Amino acid sequence: MTLQARYADVPVETKQRLFDEVKADLRFRDTLYGCYECGICVAACPSARFYDFSPRKIAQAAAREDLGIFYEQLNDDIWNCSQCFSCLRCPRGNNPGGLITIMREVAINNGLASARQALEGYGRVVYKIMSTGTQVSPDMLQPNAFPDWGPHVAEISENLLLWRRALPPETLHTTSTAWEVTDRTLTELYLIWHMTGVMDMIKEVDAGLHMILVDVMEELLEDAGYAAD
Amino acid sequence: MPIPLNVLEARQLARHVQGPQTPPTEDIREKVFELEAKGEWIVQRVPEPWLPVTTKYGRIKKIPVGHTWHHKSCGQCGHIPGYSTSIFWLHRALGLDYDDPRDQTSCTAWNYYASATSNVGAQAAVAMRNFGAAYESGYFPQIHCGTSYGHYKEVREQLVAHADLRDEVRRICDRLGRPFVMPEEIVHYSEWVYAMRDEFARRRVLDLSNIDVTVHPACHYHKLVVEDAIYDPDVYGGQRTAVVSAVVTALGANLKDYSTWYDCCGFGFRHILVQRDFTRSFATLRKIEVMREEADPDVVLTHDTGCVTTLDQSQFAARAHDRKVGVPVMSESQFAALAMGAHPYRVCQLHWHNTDYRPLLEKMGIDWRERWREFEDDLERLKSGEKQFLTWEDADA
Ligand code: SF4
Ligand code: SF4
Repeated sequence: MTLQARYADVPVETKQRLFDEVKADLRFRDTLYGCYECGICVAACPSARFYDFSPRKIAQAAAREDLGIFYEQLNDDIWNCSQCFSCLRCPRGNNPGGLITIMREVAINNGLASARQALEGYGRVVYKIMSTGTQVSPDMLQPNAFPDWGPHVAEISENLLLWRRALPPETLHTTSTAWEVTDRTLTELYLIWHMTGVMDMIKEVDAGLHMILVDVMEELLEDAGYAAD
Repeated sequence: MPIPLNVLEARQLARHVQGPQTPPTEDIREKVFELEAKGEWIVQRVPEPWLPVTTKYGRIKKIPVGHTWHHKSCGQCGHIPGYSTSIFWLHRALGLDYDDPRDQTSCTAWNYYASATSNVGAQAAVAMRNFGAAYESGYFPQIHCGTSYGHYKEVREQLVAHADLRDEVRRICDRLGRPFVMPEEIVHYSEWVYAMRDEFARRRVLDLSNIDVTVHPACHYHKLVVEDAIYDPDVYGGQRTAVVSAVVTALGANLKDYSTWYDCCGFGFRHILVQRDFTRSFATLRKIEVMREEADPDVVLTHDTGCVTTLDQSQFAARAHDRKVGVPVMSESQFAALAMGAHPYRVCQLHWHNTDYRPLLEKMGIDWRERWREFEDDLERLKSGEKQFLTWEDADA
């Protein structure tokens, strides 16, 4: 079965609607200026070396508005991209990596099963960044999370509290955030997530995570006089 | 293939001809000032004194010497804290005034590039909230993370290009009670290290003439919004960014080339967290092994959070497969600090790094056993309650 045949039962209207959402993004027009099919982006692309993945195909499918290939890529390809932007070497000024960023957002906004799957195991990171304003924290260095990094991770986690106190900058004596963040700063961040629709996005893709985040943010937002839903 | 000498000489001669009068693309900073003139936002000026550096197409960029607001990196502060500590230590070594704020979030772009659980408006609002906080502090932003730097430059382009996005984010900043401010320049810490490299060289206390160094240029530094990165005809003929490489040379170490310098490290944003088979393979097969094969360096220096983490941590598993790995990894800020006599544990915090760095320290003439013993004494004092935290005074003792 060809890949496109796999999605043959998805109505063309659905594919068109999703493509239109990508095209409506304000960044879209800056990501595509036609394509020479030269493959320079592929030669520079780390993900193309490792996966069956091609930024050239991403650019071409979007430029030709090929809904079948676009939908296949939306489900099977975009999460392989490393977002390194090596493909900005494109002689036409295309930005396949940027196009993929937009496609990922559309996949998340629409709660595609493939997007949910791609985020499996990633929820704790989304939780960390949205609730603390810092994406990784010292206490995430646990041996069971990074077994391939060897016994060094266990050494860090065993000594974590002590080693953090042995850091001269006063802002770094933290373990659950990368640095000390004030409550006012956090309140403002929570307001941003609410006011820009990011909370709705999370609800679409992970209702459980959304509930936990609302709970965590409630107190600071209430203090700030913001009525979260 | 090496660049022919006559080509290099021609480029060096043309250094002053090519810009800033004749830049090949439009300068976003002019638009930033136009928007200020229209009353759309405040432009935070680079404080005096600043140093002029040359960007890719010859334009001059202003790098503030001091009075900077340190936009920290979550990956650096969280997992390789000697990176940030060394940046601060370098400022202190030069007696420069800086602000290490608590009123700062990360740029949140690591998550954005990994999971797309955000959007243009939110990302721009996070950036402008942080810029507003910097402006209110009176200090000018110096950005520690390569991804924050690249992402904020993308945000600047989007805000300049789209009035409706500006309106949305201005409304949010108003709601937060923050001023709507765009800095005159978006400055990465490695640009500051590059600009200050001769000052560091003057304060160098170690002989590095037998240290071979390879450099990994960070993707989000030189690939995102390319025209804003620093290039210099004296460094690889201006064919790749000069930051880090020029610092290696200024400190008297040997800069070694390798063929896959343009390749990314394999970080992948989501991959490093949930798909590390890709990260490990790419970091070791396309970067570390190639470097060892072609340049056999004593150390790899880079200038971004993800690159240090990826290149350093990926080597452990590769060793089990008998791959040719085993090259220590650190930032150029840590390397420069070591060269200037900083403590490898109190300041550079090398015990947070994975790949064995001790042979490098020995070759640099640093007695790591003695330094570790001193650090263990510090830890004992912390444990016994004699001290609560290690301080800057302790670090420089
Ligand atoms: S951004 Fe994605 S598509 Fe572009 S080079 Fe990097 S991995 Fe490949
Ligand atoms: S580098 Fe640009 S022009 Fe060449 S194949 Fe890729 S997208 Fe097309």
